[in-house]
Amino acid sequence: MEDKVQLEVTGLVKKFGDDTILDGIDLCVHKGEVVVVLGPSGCGKSTLLRCMNGLETANEGTILLDGEEISSDGKKITQLRQKIGMVFQSYDLFPHKNIIDNITLAPVKVQKRTKKEAEEQAEKLLARVGLSEKKKAFPRELSGGQKQRVAIVRALCMNPEVMLFDEVTAALDPEMVREVLDVMLELAEQGMTMVIVTHEMQFARAIADRIVFLDNGKIVEETTPDEFFTNPKTQRAKDFLHTFAYEKRRT
Amino acid sequence: MQGSGIEVLFLGRNFLRLLEGLWVTLRISLIAVLLSVPLGILFGMFMTIKNPITKAISRVYLECIRIMPQLVLLFIAYFGVTRAFGWNLSADISAVIVFTLWGTAEMGDLVRGALISIPKHQYDSAYALGMNKIQTFGYVVVPQTMRRLIPLTINLTTRMIKTTSLVVLIGITEVLKVGKQIIDANRFDYPTAALWVYGAIFLLYFLACWPISMLAKRLEKQWR
Amino acid sequence: MGFCFDIMQSSLPLINLNFEFMQKYLPLYVDAAILTVRIAFFGIILSLIVGVICSVIQYYKVPVLRRIVSVYIEISRNTPLLVQLFFLYFGLPKIGVVWSAEVCAIIGLAFLGGSYMSESIRSGLESVEKSQIESAASLGMSKSLTMREVIFPQALAVSVPGVCANVIFLIKETSVVSGIALADLMYVTKDLIGLYYETDESLIMLVIFYLIILLPISIVASIIERRMRYAGFGN
Repeated sequence: MEDKVQLEVTGLVKKFGDDTILDGIDLCVHKGEVVVVLGPSGCGKSTLLRCMNGLETANEGTILLDGEEISSDGKKITQLRQKIGMVFQSYDLFPHKNIIDNITLAPVKVQKRTKKEAEEQAEKLLARVGLSEKKKAFPRELSGGQKQRVAIVRALCMNPEVMLFDEVTAALDPEMVREVLDVMLELAEQGMTMVIVTHEMQFARAIADRIVFLDNGKIVEETTPDEFFTNPKTQRAKDFLHTFAYEKRRT
Repeated sequence: MQGSGIEVLFLGRNFLRLLEGLWVTLRISLIAVLLSVPLGILFGMFMTIKNPITKAISRVYLECIRIMPQLVLLFIAYFGVTRAFGWNLSADISAVIVFTLWGTAEMGDLVRGALISIPKHQYDSAYALGMNKIQTFGYVVVPQTMRRLIPLTINLTTRMIKTTSLVVLIGITEVLKVGKQIIDANRFDYPTAALWVYGAIFLLYFLACWPISMLAKRLEKQWR
Repeated sequence: MGFCFDIMQSSLPLINLNFEFMQKYLPLYVDAAILTVRIAFFGIILSLIVGVICSVIQYYKVPVLRRIVSVYIEISRNTPLLVQLFFLYFGLPKIGVVWSAEVCAIIGLAFLGGSYMSESIRSGLESVEKSQIESAASLGMSKSLTMREVIFPQALAVSVPGVCANVIFLIKETSVVSGIALADLMYVTKDLIGLYYETDESLIMLVIFYLIILLPISIVASIIERRMRYAGFGN
């Protein structure tokens, strides 16, 4: 981790109608840092991530990437989005294109790179996630875990500076969660800047440099993973962790 | 005579005559719909019978009706059947027969679609509750198909109204024919009569069909 | 159904048919069929263009234009083609808009078909998940690139069966152009019946020619539909 601030969120407010989803978020993500955002469902975690990628427009506040402001208008956002990769819960591979075309579509059409060069990189990345032999397959032929790994590769092939992961294992069968998380761990080790929303507590503890705990649209606690999981300071964080402990006792 | 010529519509009984002409086709479509709905329901149920012979029969009927333009069917009924059987079918009767045959096929297909759209587990859970076949059909299947069918049936009515405009081509004096008579009678006094008369007929058909389409759309939304 | 009876009853011994007559007037039917196909072809191409434009306007909810489009769709869907043609062919010349009967037929068909095509294409566009569009956006793709590369190809798979059904519907609808004195298959048939009373022969030729036009298309359509259904992309 370096000291350089890569992503800076200041005073972010997001409302849907009368509901305030995000209520003044301040957050700094440094280069090479892995930030995991935790919180009960409906706390605004996903909305925070979507604002960071300009999929939602904030009502107040700013988000800076390398000092440039992210807002959802026009040409600038498509420029900035090339620097921020995002992976969704529902993978959203393009069903009408095979795997290699899924990965190279944006590098070729958006970044105007040559087909050959994009494919070479795509193949390298596919090899890294162990899916080389699937490059001509169509999304429907892949398992959920495989699709999600391809979705990660698709985002990586744009050579982003920051990666956002929005509950990427939530739709997966339990036995496929691991293969996706392993890919993310490896990415973290290589120094990728990452912001992750997840419900996998053990994974969060393993991968995070910092845990941000969100509740009711506010950051309630912001600390190291060990501190958060062993010694949470706020009652709300304790309650939140307790729900998982309860589940653990039962299984 | 100067002016736009729109006055021709309101000359004497002209407008009333147009309405009477429209009623000729509306009546045919109404009769055809009233006959097609019950026949179509029966035909739709007939189509769901799992028997190769009944399946083949209904398939042939459906495809024969569907592949031909309705106007061709109308010609066959009016010109062909008259000769073949030596019956002297009036144009009205042939029109009612053809549109009923067509409506039955279309309605039947709608009914079949609605029936097979009911998932199998709906039947299973009804049987599991101890209902017999008739009870299952009456309490579980029919209410669910109704919601799908009613908007589609209403839509079929507008299709029927639009299609019955064809009857002018087998010589029935309906709204287009009346329109032509009015235009011809006023050829010298109102040279632009054609514009207004056919414009009016256009509007009349729209006013006949549009509210019905709207109703169907609303029900469809409401019951989705 | 009617023609089944017809063939069975009166013409069961098909030898009774006047083949000489049929042969003699065959060229008339061929010409008429060519006219029917020509009108249908141009009408359908135009209606596809109108349909794509209207559906994209409605999909993106373009202000003002979408209102115009929805008014057009309501008018087009709630009036019979024959009445539209009468208005175009007999009515419009009175205000100086004079088109030949064939042009009227093509424009009428496009006016009618445009709304049907638009509805089919729009339902395809709307079937593409919002998350697909977001994931394209997250890759930095622009709106138009997303439309071309992501939305449209997927929408196509959903739209095609509806579009095929519309094509068949529109070909059948061309049968009404005889109403504005175009010498299509219906017109020729009616003429021959009126002139020579060779009713069975004329009607059989009519049916055969429509089958020649419609059968291949409807078979192709059902093959496409089946293929689309089974190859459905699914996630």
